[in-house]
Amino acid sequence: MVLPFHLTLLLFLPAAGALVLAMLPARDHRLAKQVALFITALDLLLALMLWPAYTQLAAASRFAFEEQYAWIPTLGVGYHLGVDGLSLPLVVLTGLLGFLAVLVSWHIEHRAKLYFSLLLVLQTGVLGVFMSLDFVLFFLFWELELLPMYLLISIWGSPPPVGRREYSAMKFLIYTLFGSAFMLTGLLILGFTTGTFDLVKLSSLPLQAIGVPTTLVFWLIFIAFAVKLPVFPLHTWLPDAHTDAPTAVSVLLAGVLLKMGGYGILRICITLFPDVAYVWAPTLALLAGVSVLYGGLVTLRQRDLKRLIAYSSVSHMGYVLLGVAALGEAALTGAALQMVTHGTITALLFAAVGLIYDKAHTRQIPELQGLMHRMPFIGLAFMIAGLASLGLPGMSGFVAEFLVFTGSFGEFPMYTVMGVLGIVLSAGYILWTAERSFFRALPHRWEHLQDAVAVERIPLVVLMATIFVIGLWPRLVTDVLKLGIAPIAEAVKRLG
Amino acid sequence: MTVELAAWLVFGAPLVSFLAIVFGTRPSGQHILSGRLTALAMLVAWFASLYLLTQVLAAPGFELHPISYRWLEVGSLHLEFGFAIDSLTVTMLLVVTTVSFLVQVYSMEYMANENQDKSYSRYYANMSLFTASMLGLVLADNLFQVYFFWELVGLCSYLLVGYWFMRPSAAAAAKKAFLVTRIGDVGFLLALLVLFVHTGTFNIHELFGHEASDALLKSGFLGMTALSWATLGIFMGAAGKSAQFPLHVWLPDAMEGPTPVSALIHAATMVAAGVYLVGRMLPLFHHAPDTMAVVATIGGFTAIFAASMGLVASDIKRVMAYSTISQLGYMMLALGVGAYVAAFFHLLNHAFFKALLFLGAGSVGHYTDTFNMRYMGGLQKVLPITFWMVLIASLSLAGIPPLSGFWSKDEILGAALQASPLLFGMALVTVFLTAFYVIRMLYLTFAGEYRGGAAAERVALAAATVYSGAGAAQAGEGHGHGGHDTHGTGHGNGHGSHEVAILFIPLVVLVVPSVLSGLLNTPMWDGLAKFLTTHTIETTLGEHHLPFDPGLAALSTFVALAGIALAHQVYGAQAISAERLGAMLGGWPYRILQNKYGMDYLYEFLIVKLAFGQGLVAGLALFDKYVVDAVVNGAGSVSRAAGGALRTLQSGQLQGYGMAIVLGVLIITATMMIRS
Repeated sequence: MVLPFHLTLLLFLPAAGALVLAMLPARDHRLAKQVALFITALDLLLALMLWPAYTQLAAASRFAFEEQYAWIPTLGVGYHLGVDGLSLPLVVLTGLLGFLAVLVSWHIEHRAKLYFSLLLVLQTGVLGVFMSLDFVLFFLFWELELLPMYLLISIWGSPPPVGRREYSAMKFLIYTLFGSAFMLTGLLILGFTTGTFDLVKLSSLPLQAIGVPTTLVFWLIFIAFAVKLPVFPLHTWLPDAHTDAPTAVSVLLAGVLLKMGGYGILRICITLFPDVAYVWAPTLALLAGVSVLYGGLVTLRQRDLKRLIAYSSVSHMGYVLLGVAALGEAALTGAALQMVTHGTITALLFAAVGLIYDKAHTRQIPELQGLMHRMPFIGLAFMIAGLASLGLPGMSGFVAEFLVFTGSFGEFPMYTVMGVLGIVLSAGYILWTAERSFFRALPHRWEHLQDAVAVERIPLVVLMATIFVIGLWPRLVTDVLKLGIAPIAEAVKRLG
Repeated sequence: MTVELAAWLVFGAPLVSFLAIVFGTRPSGQHILSGRLTALAMLVAWFASLYLLTQVLAAPGFELHPISYRWLEVGSLHLEFGFAIDSLTVTMLLVVTTVSFLVQVYSMEYMANENQDKSYSRYYANMSLFTASMLGLVLADNLFQVYFFWELVGLCSYLLVGYWFMRPSAAAAAKKAFLVTRIGDVGFLLALLVLFVHTGTFNIHELFGHEASDALLKSGFLGMTALSWATLGIFMGAAGKSAQFPLHVWLPDAMEGPTPVSALIHAATMVAAGVYLVGRMLPLFHHAPDTMAVVATIGGFTAIFAASMGLVASDIKRVMAYSTISQLGYMMLALGVGAYVAAFFHLLNHAFFKALLFLGAGSVGHYTDTFNMRYMGGLQKVLPITFWMVLIASLSLAGIPPLSGFWSKDEILGAALQASPLLFGMALVTVFLTAFYVIRMLYLTFAGEYRGGAAAERVALAAATVYSGAGAAQAGEGHGHGGHDTHGTGHGNGHGSHEVAILFIPLVVLVVPSVLSGLLNTPMWDGLAKFLTTHTIETTLGEHHLPFDPGLAALSTFVALAGIALAHQVYGAQAISAERLGAMLGGWPYRILQNKYGMDYLYEFLIVKLAFGQGLVAGLALFDKYVVDAVVNGAGSVSRAAGGALRTLQSGQLQGYGMAIVLGVLIITATMMIRS
């Protein structure tokens, strides 16, 4: 069932929830949590309702549930929302992780009202990015996400001397703004040359013929997304931001915020400039190969669990770029699927690590040992996420990586080999971490540790189930993704 | 019953028992049911396999119509799940289900002390999942599916080797097993990609077609055809799984797992998957003579190389492990020279007698609480049935006629002789070494006086610590691996003198094929050879069956008897001192063997720790911190901004600062738009 103004409701419900929270009595943390949980659950429901509706009408038109209103007509700026096969899974993922992030934050007591309002605003920002079909609107939501992220890290992050939350938050902000400046320039050039910012309209225009400097605009916009994804060498903000962020923020950051980068590349760079992408694909593939290997190698050296996962994300998001560079249907679908699966896998890893940190008050791998004896459930969750991350069949990561590899090998054999070597590295750091943190005898100092309690288990169970469902029955997601990827792949094929 | 249903039953029964344990018996605490459920599932799978055997026997060319389901479809990529059932498939199914069933029964007693515990259920859950995956691998009609289950059996191996994860040695061994095999898997995965890019299919049968091999032969890179690359990649994966040189290092360490696991996974089934894969793809390898030469050479070398290390190992399970590596090398050698039937004949025979030997070693360990043969001896008196069973299996392994090992080993020797004198020489020396180490193992374990088991070992270890400090203690730990499975149950402190039926019945069952399975393929009756030569094999490889050579059989028997005689002189009659033998040539040969040719040192210390860990990786980590981060940070603007903000602003105002930046951007955007 689809409601009238469904996308608008879905988009602004969390923001409206933030306003409601602002009006609540300041001291009642419990109420704030319950409201946040209710809002995010409702939002998840709204997102899930789109799924069957979309699969029923899929073939009819490219974008579904569109809402389009003129906003600044003189400039060609409009309020235009819509979802397709590419964005729908990411919208649902955002809804899911937004909901789980509230559960993960259940123990937050410090300025809880502000905390949960910011989480909700963040969710609106991310959803906006995935649903906007107007470039200006897209950009506004892209920026909207910055403020809550900045505040969440700098107020609820790891305080000194353990962390450097102000530094990390500022680094995050400056890196993203650096990218945004490029994107802004690119979008202004694009919009003022063509007279419209509407992404659907733009994709049907012969941009080069109109006089758009396509190569320049492609790279201006790409830089912003490359920072977000992140791509080597623009990645160093990520480990800092992750390490110092509170658990729920790490979950969202790795789970959906990075995907804004990959989504942007697919939705804007490739869709609008398939010809430029085609010419520059070898460069993108090289960057991808380097990100996978470099990220994987540096991960091996990490001692902090969160930094380890953060660097592994650099490596795994390299697969997204590799799939994008290959530009074929299988590879692009693999890239899109990798975004979804990495979202769930990494969210699970961060959720598990967050629980370990809450209980053991350290994330240093050399200090941990034998946790499986006291925390079998958390250990199980970590192992499942880890095995999924190292590409074990039956779990979601494998399908995505396999699609990317089969799609890219024909185009870029050498870079694909680099990507394939990444699976040995990921096995290395995951199993090494598992051995040192969870196995071996239980030291005295950890005898007091307790396993996850019910409310802490819910996010773990949901994410584990998602990993297996997608891993065993990938068609559930790929059949939807295909509908969004096919037109892009088709446009590229026409060039070749 | 239809073939389709039977195939599902084979694959599904252990899968269902896995799910039932995970969601049923384990959470509910009915752990005792987990073992029974698993054994029952194996029995169901066994009967279904038997039914499939009857169907294959009746089918033309010993091949049934493949059954396949579409799993995923993206662009031109179709991934399928399917069953291709022919004579090789059913042979493997019967081997896997038979050994698995017996191992599950054996485990009920062997792991009994765990049965109040969740870990008993964990054990059986992993065993069920392993068997399901192994059967899925064998049934696969396409290489994607093979890879899928290939990784899953690897996972189960990881989980079961690390079953006693509280022990650092077990945790390390599990990790090592996974990582070393994964290095091989990179080759396998790349081979899949090469095959798919050139042929557009993963289907095994389609890959055997002319179209596919022509496409693969036409293109190439770096001086080799795509076909050679693809087959080499597949062999790399197979070498990892089947522990072939230089990827063999994980298997001896994998003995850290419970002994029934070693019997099932690391002797009879999973390690044979590499041989199975190369054999299954032999019609493709056939077009790549360079790869075939590599397979034969690596196989032959591994056979002799591993057997030599088996000569000096003091841990009974490690002797078996080296023996397994060596025998798998034999099978690879056979495949490399095109002896398809001989390879699988040996695989079949080996699966039974090696599983028996491992289970026998388990019983011995169960009694003595150690696997170190220095502290065994005299067990013939207390474990008579076990002794006789192990003796027969040992002689079968040594290749004494008319036991099963003799027949298949002889076929491999014949094929090797035809291919190259060097390969034949290596294989023949291996026969001698094999006979020597099995007899050494028998004498040390069963003959003479009991040397005290785990209790004596602890005393010796403590003494070593007292007299020569920490260094010696470490060395003791490295060698002894004393109580792999020692669970301190009081079972075997050297005074429980009777054998437990459930522990020896599986041995008694396994001794039947260890003696008789050789008769499936003899000069008198070559039924197995005919059966394995399916229509596909006949049209691709041709019939490849050598006539029996009595001279060769006499020679190999003589060599084996010579090995037995020498071992008897050293360990039985003690006419030759083992110490003197060890001190030969300044003791260097002994030391080199003891240190496993330095391969572990080379990998673990020189490559992994020094070159890779402290060299490349550490360098890159520093590079990331001091170069990439610093440069991209814009020469410290981030630090300055954050530092400045910290010094001058209070935290509340800091939020305002962040807000200001965002608002600034929005305002700039708006003005730019309105102006133009």
